[in-house]
Amino acid sequence: MQNNHFLIKTIVIIFIRLINGGNKMKKIISLILLPFFALMFSTNVKAESLTLGWAAWDPANALVELSKEFTAETGIEMNFEFVDWTSYADRMLNELNNKGKTFDLLVGDSQWIGGGAVNGHYVKLNDFFDREGISMNDFSDATVYAYSTWPKGSENYYALPLMGDALAWAYRKDWFDRPELQSEFKSKHGYDLGVPKTWTELHDMCSFFQGREIDGVVRYGAALNTERGSEGITMGVTAAMYAWGMEYEDPNNPYHSDGFFNAPNVVEAVDFYKKMYEDCSPPGHSNAYMGENLDAYSSGQVAFQMNWYAFWPGVAKGDKDGRVTGFFANPCQEICAATLGGQGISVVNYSDKKELAQQYIKWFAKPDIQQKWWDLGGYSCHKDVLGSPDFVKSAVYAQGFLDSMGIVKDFWQEPSFVELLIPMQENMHDYIVNGKGSAKGALDNIIEEWEEVFESEGKL
Amino acid sequence: MKKLVIKSKGLSDKAIGWLFIAPTIILLLLINVYPLIYAIRMSFTNFYANKLTQVVKNVGLKNYYKILGKEAIWEKMQITAHFMFWTLSLQIIIGLSLALLLNKKFKGNELLTTTIVLPMMLSPAVVGVFWGYLYNPQVGLFTYIVNFFYDFGSFDMLGSGTLAPWAIVIVDTWMWTPFTMLICLAGLRSIPGYLYEAAEVDRASKWQQFVYITLPSVLPFLLLALLFRGIENFKMFDMVMELTGGGPGSMTELTSMNLKREAFEKWKTGYSSAYAVILFVTIFGFGNVYVKVMNKVKDR
Repeated sequence: MQNNHFLIKTIVIIFIRLINGGNKMKKIISLILLPFFALMFSTNVKAESLTLGWAAWDPANALVELSKEFTAETGIEMNFEFVDWTSYADRMLNELNNKGKTFDLLVGDSQWIGGGAVNGHYVKLNDFFDREGISMNDFSDATVYAYSTWPKGSENYYALPLMGDALAWAYRKDWFDRPELQSEFKSKHGYDLGVPKTWTELHDMCSFFQGREIDGVVRYGAALNTERGSEGITMGVTAAMYAWGMEYEDPNNPYHSDGFFNAPNVVEAVDFYKKMYEDCSPPGHSNAYMGENLDAYSSGQVAFQMNWYAFWPGVAKGDKDGRVTGFFANPCQEICAATLGGQGISVVNYSDKKELAQQYIKWFAKPDIQQKWWDLGGYSCHKDVLGSPDFVKSAVYAQGFLDSMGIVKDFWQEPSFVELLIPMQENMHDYIVNGKGSAKGALDNIIEEWEEVFESEGKL
Repeated sequence: MKKLVIKSKGLSDKAIGWLFIAPTIILLLLINVYPLIYAIRMSFTNFYANKLTQVVKNVGLKNYYKILGKEAIWEKMQITAHFMFWTLSLQIIIGLSLALLLNKKFKGNELLTTTIVLPMMLSPAVVGVFWGYLYNPQVGLFTYIVNFFYDFGSFDMLGSGTLAPWAIVIVDTWMWTPFTMLICLAGLRSIPGYLYEAAEVDRASKWQQFVYITLPSVLPFLLLALLFRGIENFKMFDMVMELTGGGPGSMTELTSMNLKREAFEKWKTGYSSAYAVILFVTIFGFGNVYVKVMNKVKDR
């Protein structure tokens, strides 16, 4: 920086001399060139800055808005790089594996925490938290467990919970409220058309709407996650599997999935999800995730959409009196459970600005900032925000969010989670969408590939 | 300076030749041969590029055994073979037919040629994206046109395990038939007119002229087109990735896409190096045999 100052001083002196003492032509050239030099060097003398990476979606825009306050307070400029969800993991994990310095702060998916910690990508934040008086007890236990700790449940923190999230459902309340549809549904199924309490009820309702003409347009049942390329179908089918009580591994014998992940209740759940896909999906919904589900719902094609809480502020925005859309947490079946989404914010170990990055986390952890985060459409995990008496009334989906965050379950958070995710995606898509083989066969294949991964890591 | 001039005078023609080609050879060694040797070396290890702290062990031929014994890999090979067989067959048949048509002189010939050639000028990724819209079962033009001729109702080309392999064949054929057509057209235009005149004098029928003059003359060109398209389709990635992402399930996951998953998503570097070596040997072997056959045809 000192070199820059010296250089600027020298150039300014040369310019002044040229203007004062040079001939007319030199003066003109000097005056023309001066703004260019000023612009060039303005980039070198600008304030300190941080770069934050996340996925490109609504909450990221809210974070940009919120971060303006951080810049105003500290003078530290915030730069953002948001990557489309389909290439988010590829982009970010490649960056980390290559020890890239692009990001100072990374909002990483919950499943990355193991890899982030074990491979040294994330800075361990315990000392920083202790020094700054940031207590993990101030954040929802489920989110701290899911987004911050490695090994799971330990007191080693590699992230601050930034965005609480879970998979939930939105439904066309305005259609549900129609008396003729209500009476038809009741006469057919013997109970009221309303928020489904179980997956069985959800199937009854979505198949009730499948192919039905409403207001002269053919409608369909539900927009489900079926995407194959990244994590879509896994995040969808596990919503059913968790509700049927699925366990990834033997609780007494870690990494042993046989007899647990392919147990009869899990097979039943996968078959049920396939039935939902066949009986309720709109045509062509065979490779759909967040964006496609939102489109199918907002265009009036479907009665239900499964999606992340993160999108509900956007969905609810155009429906201020709450007449069109209702929201509910993942229905129960054998147990109540929901697929975990959401992310924590971590300091990238390869950054040259770790201290500045920690300053951002310190600022973000403040209760008043957390409240503003929620107000802007982000999902705070801070107990002060979630426990506030006004929280439930603050949004139509707030109660559902609270309920969901108490029952969340996540996919493997192992360092090798990508290797574990790929066979899950491939086999589930092959069975559910393509109809190849059987649910048991697909689950067995997945276990076989998982065992291979764990064996290569010496865990089995 | 004087010394330099004398020295440079002393360079032989051969040395100057080497001097000129040396940069190319060095570049080729660096960007082709070295990575190939490195990949072959990697293929005998358990190396993971994302686990740099893990000890790299020599595993001998284990990766090769694993790949060749894996049913899923053979499935991908089958999918690739299906894709190659049908795209190449269709492109050769339609390309030759179009070339025969355009070889005639008629009004609008040049405009029609330019129009037909347009698809191959597009980016494969763009083609993948817009054919995705064309195949949409609700609003896609393809669905509409098919239903116009026979009402199949709503059908999902990309979501059905039976239809998806054909969906990628149709798109590749649409895109690359103009290429084979152009090569065939070049072949047709190189046939001397006196051969046909002589055949006319000998009262040869049009069919006989086609079988005994046109086809043998155009065959080396057809084989060349087949070689180019064969190599391209064996490593097809972008168009299919955009169109189906390999789905539904793995019904359209070609070997190149599967290799990318193993190498850059699962980061099984050693394993995927062995996979790449197997694919390289396959295409290199086929390519060599093919070139020999092609040379024989040319010499005939």
